[in-house]
Amino acid sequence: MARAFSIRRQRGFTAIAVACFVALYLPIGVLVFYSFNAGESLASFDGISLRWFAKAFQNQQVIDASIRSLQIASVAAVVATIAATMAALATTRTEPYRGLTLKYAFINQPLMIPEIVTAVALLIFFARIKIWTGYSGLGYLIAAHTAFCIPFAYLPIRARLENMDLTLEKAAADLYATPWNAFRYVTLPLLWPGILAGFMLAFVISLDDVVITEFVKSAGQDTLPTYMLGQIRRSITPEMNAISTLFLLLSIGVVTVFFIVNRKRV
Amino acid sequence: MTDAAGTIEAEQNRNIRKRWLLSLPALLIILVAATGPLLIVLLYSFLAPGPYGDVQWAPSLEGWIGVFLEKDIFDETLSLASAHISIFMRSVGLSLVTTILTLLVGFPTAYFIATRPEKTRELWLFLITIPFWTNLLIRTFAILEVIRNEGLINGLLIKTGLIAKPIQMLFTDGAILTGMVYVYLPLMVLPLYASMEKLDFRLVEAGYDLYATPFRVLRKIIIPLVKPGIIAGSILVFIPALGAYVTPSILGGGKNMMLGNLIELQFGQGRNWPLGSALSITLMLIVMVALLVYVRNAGSQGSRHG
Repeated sequence: MARAFSIRRQRGFTAIAVACFVALYLPIGVLVFYSFNAGESLASFDGISLRWFAKAFQNQQVIDASIRSLQIASVAAVVATIAATMAALATTRTEPYRGLTLKYAFINQPLMIPEIVTAVALLIFFARIKIWTGYSGLGYLIAAHTAFCIPFAYLPIRARLENMDLTLEKAAADLYATPWNAFRYVTLPLLWPGILAGFMLAFVISLDDVVITEFVKSAGQDTLPTYMLGQIRRSITPEMNAISTLFLLLSIGVVTVFFIVNRKRV
Repeated sequence: MTDAAGTIEAEQNRNIRKRWLLSLPALLIILVAATGPLLIVLLYSFLAPGPYGDVQWAPSLEGWIGVFLEKDIFDETLSLASAHISIFMRSVGLSLVTTILTLLVGFPTAYFIATRPEKTRELWLFLITIPFWTNLLIRTFAILEVIRNEGLINGLLIKTGLIAKPIQMLFTDGAILTGMVYVYLPLMVLPLYASMEKLDFRLVEAGYDLYATPFRVLRKIIIPLVKPGIIAGSILVFIPALGAYVTPSILGGGKNMMLGNLIELQFGQGRNWPLGSALSITLMLIVMVALLVYVRNAGSQGSRHG
C-alpha cells in the first residue's frame, strides 16, 4: 500500500473529476485559440493575428447588437433587482402568513416553465399588444427580461436576508429610528452584498438570453446572442470566435466580481 | 385584554398588508410578462389556425388533434403523426440520457470538489462556476467547432492521415447529446456540491469501522445522504434539456429536431399557431409530471430514511 488509507477516497472519482474539468475547458479553449487565427478556416492555424477582432469591431451590426444587449440587460437587471429586493423583504423573517407559499411559487415560476413555452406565450401576447397600441420598441424585450431575471435576483437576496436576524432593526426602532431610516442605515448596508450578487446574476442572465429574445424581438432588434445565433446557422468565420472570446471575457469578469462579493459574507 | 389582543391583531394585519404591497411589483411583472401569457397559449390551442399565422376566433380542436395525429391530404383520414411521435421520443430520451450522463460525471466531480482542502476548494468551485455563467450559445458553438466537418477532431484526424474524408458527427443525435451534456453539466455539479459540502464524514468513518467496503460506503451512506442534491441536480438538468432549443437547433440541424424546435417551426414556417400552442402546453405538462414524480420520490425516500 503506497498510499495511506483515506476515508474520503473513492476509487476513480479523482480521474473522472479531472477528465470533467478538461472536457469543460477544452472546447472553450479551442474556441478562444482560433479567434486569433490569421487564416480563414478552422482546419488550419495560420499564425497569430488580431484581424478577426478588428473585423468584429468594425461590424456595425455587432456594435448595434452589443449596445442593445447592454441597454436591455442594464434596465432589466436594475428593475428586477429592486422588485426582487422588495419581494425578498416581504417573504423572509416572518411567521408564515396566508399567501406566502403562493408568493414563493409565483416568484420562482419562471424557473419551472421551459423557456421555449414562455417565449411562445410572450410572442402571442405581445403580438396582440403591438397591434392594439402600435408600439414596437424595446419595451417588450425589457419587460420579458425583467420578468425572468426576478427569480435569479431574488435567490441571493433572500439567502442573505435569511441569515440576518431582526435584532439590529429592533434596536434601531428602540432608538426611535423611523422604519425608513432603520431600513436605510441598518438593513440596506447589511443586505448590500446580496443585492449586488442578485444584480449581477440578473445582468448576466439577461445578457445571455437567446430563446425568449429570439421570439419577442421585432425586426431590427437583434441582441448580441440572437445575432450570433443567426450567423452560426448561416456561415461561420473566425469573427464569431472573436466575438465569443470577448463575450467570454465579460462573463468571467462578472463571475470573478460575484465570487469576491460572496466571499466577503464569511 | 380583548383590546390588547385587538391591537396586536390589527398590527399583524397591517404588517401582512405591507408585505403584500412590497411584493406587488415583482408579482405584477411576472404575472404580465411570464405567467399570465401562458393562459393565452392555452386559449390559442383551442382556436383555428389563421391562413398566415396567428389564429381565427373560432373554437377548434385541430391544434390538439395535430399533436399526435395527422390528416391525410387526399382522403382526410387520421393516422398517427409519426414525425411528431419520434420527436417526442427523441426529446424525452435525449433528456433522460443527458440527466443520467451528467449525474455519472457530475457526482464524482462534485465529490472531488467537496473533499478538497478548504483553501483549494474555492478555486475548483470557481472553475465549475465559470462555464455555468458563460453563455449557453457560446458553449454550444464551442462544441460545434470541435465536431463539425471542418472542426478540430476531423481536422486532426485528416492531418494525421487516419481518415481521408471527415466523419459526419454534426447533425446527429449524438451531437445533440454531447452538446447537452456539455452545457448542462455545471447545473448538475453545483447542487450536488451544495449537499456534499454538508456531508458528515464521521458517518463515513463509522461505516468503515463496521468493515464496509468503499463501494458499500458510497451506496449505503454517501448516496442516501446527498439524495436531495441528486434530485435537485436532476430536475435542474432534465427540465431545460426537455425544452432545449438552442443546442438541438445548432447541433441537430433541421432533421434531428427536439420539441423546442418543433414548437418554433409552428410559429415560423409552419404558420400553425394552435398546433404550436398545443405542443407548448404538452411540453409543460410533461415537465409538471416529471416534477411531481421527483417531488413524490423525494418525499417518500426522505421519510423512509427518517
